[in-house]
Amino acid sequence: MEKELRLMKGNEAVAEAAIRAGADGYFGYPITPQSEILEYLMQAKPYTTTGMVVLQAESEVAAINMVYGGAACGKKVMTSSSSPGISLKQEGITYIAGAELPCLIVNVVRGGPGLGTIQPAQSDYFQAVKGGGHGDYHLIVLAPASVQEMADFVGLSFDLAFKYRNPVMMLSDGAIGQMMEKVWLSPQKERSKTVPEWATTGKPATRKRNIITSLDLDPNAQELFNKKLTDKYNEIREKEVRFEEFQCEDAEYLFVAYGTSARVCQKAVQLCRIAGIKAGLLRPVTLFPFPSKRINELADKMKLMISVEMSAGQMVEDVLLSVNGKVPVFHFGRMGGIVTAPDEVVEFLKSKIIGG
Amino acid sequence: MAEATGIKDIIKPENLVYKKTGIMTDNVLSYCPGCGHGTTHRILAEIIEEEGLQSQTIGICPVGCSVLLYNFLDIDWQEAAHGRAPALATAVKRLLPDRFVFTYQGDGDLAAIGTAETIHACNRGENILIIFINNGIYGMTGGQMAPTTIPGMKSSTSPYGRDVKLMGNPLKMTDIVATLPGTYYVTRQSVHTPANVRKTKKAMKKAVQYQKLDKGTCFVEIVSNCPSNWKMTPVESNKWMEENMFPYYPLGDLKVPEEQTNK
Repeated sequence: MEKELRLMKGNEAVAEAAIRAGADGYFGYPITPQSEILEYLMQAKPYTTTGMVVLQAESEVAAINMVYGGAACGKKVMTSSSSPGISLKQEGITYIAGAELPCLIVNVVRGGPGLGTIQPAQSDYFQAVKGGGHGDYHLIVLAPASVQEMADFVGLSFDLAFKYRNPVMMLSDGAIGQMMEKVWLSPQKERSKTVPEWATTGKPATRKRNIITSLDLDPNAQELFNKKLTDKYNEIREKEVRFEEFQCEDAEYLFVAYGTSARVCQKAVQLCRIAGIKAGLLRPVTLFPFPSKRINELADKMKLMISVEMSAGQMVEDVLLSVNGKVPVFHFGRMGGIVTAPDEVVEFLKSKIIGG
Repeated sequence: MAEATGIKDIIKPENLVYKKTGIMTDNVLSYCPGCGHGTTHRILAEIIEEEGLQSQTIGICPVGCSVLLYNFLDIDWQEAAHGRAPALATAVKRLLPDRFVFTYQGDGDLAAIGTAETIHACNRGENILIIFINNGIYGMTGGQMAPTTIPGMKSSTSPYGRDVKLMGNPLKMTDIVATLPGTYYVTRQSVHTPANVRKTKKAMKKAVQYQKLDKGTCFVEIVSNCPSNWKMTPVESNKWMEENMFPYYPLGDLKVPEEQTNK
């Protein structure tokens, strides 16, 4: 089957891609700016075609726990929300990480803290990449920068989630969720009939009972489990780093930016080049694992780096750790639901060049 | 006489009148002496065995004294976060509609932190069985006031007795869910006497069988005791339960299928 070209919102692309990726279930709760995902799925009625379950839960808390239940059956299940709703899901997410269950969580980020705003922001970086809930754990975090990637990363997320038995988060934002672009949609995949050996689907006489839990009251056993998780995260750090470079070959100044900010910076790089400033862009596609090694390498030939994010400066901490003091690192970005403009970025870089 | 029949002559398959069900594991129960959990576990295990449901069953454990329930019954289990078992069960049943799915929850889990999940699962009429152990106290954390602690009852966080003006009233969750259109069979039982054990088994068996009809949520409350945290002997605790809990939580069916009442 061939790919199909459609004009869609980022949120709609996630929903359609989920159906086509052969997802078994979606459990969600309305919140702006991502409600189109649930609306699209309810409209599409995949339960009449692929058999995918779609359910509007009574809360984000219930929705993520439905994801836990479904994932524990070995099913491809997902939820989506926006920042305040993701905070509510954090309890469930840490249990899912602790029980080593695969699933997809989509966060279409809006400004905070608290109710904040319904406009786009990138202020959930810490929450996404540093764990988010209690205990030592990591999500695999993918940062789509286009409607196309909103679609493509759904299948990729499920693949990674099942490969590592780990929850995956797509960290998007209100701009990418709401904007419309053309998107190539993959052909419909069949829902998997394979049952993972750890899944709880009813114990046949041929195997021992399966128990999905994150509890171990024996400290020695729990520490061993923590070490096992750490090994897994290290393997993910080793194998799953994804990033894109734009005009870095001869660059002297590097923007590091993901998602919407990466698109802004792509334009900023072009403006810089016109002005005779050799700027480049590194766009992390995975935020966990973070492209630390590459950023450290690039630091050898840069004069400075700027982490451009729509936040008070969150990813900049990981850029600083990656650079490890080799060159100055700055943060720049608008907040409160305001998308940074390319010329603001250029002006900020110029001020640092003159200042330096 | 003593010489004529030794113990070895008596222990023979044909003399067997009682044995451990195959569904119960050999793990030592983690409950205090006199607690109702063990009895309820056994009833459930017997029913799963008798109905031939072992390969079809997914159980959801709570957070509370029965958090380690997955060690005691030889079936597939999921351990939920505190209060969230009905949300897990909802997804399991919808993704595996031909399976028997149940939750097993205490009063703190089901009627305090999990109130929303309980009510909404029942209101949607999820085809699951919810088993609710109500002993009016938080057992595992050491005897704090529960949503079901009755007025005047002492606990570590109501040391002078539950003052309803200060602490609110006990919540009768079973009465609440019985009013919801999504529930099919709602009953309140106990396991403190052999007669009550038999009644509970009958009720729970009905509930398990009703699941196959896909007609809604079945909800079985077991009013139970907590000798350790009530600071009573098991015998005293059962007497106290009869005299104080049962008037507040009367035993019997709260909602029976219409087809049954019409007969």
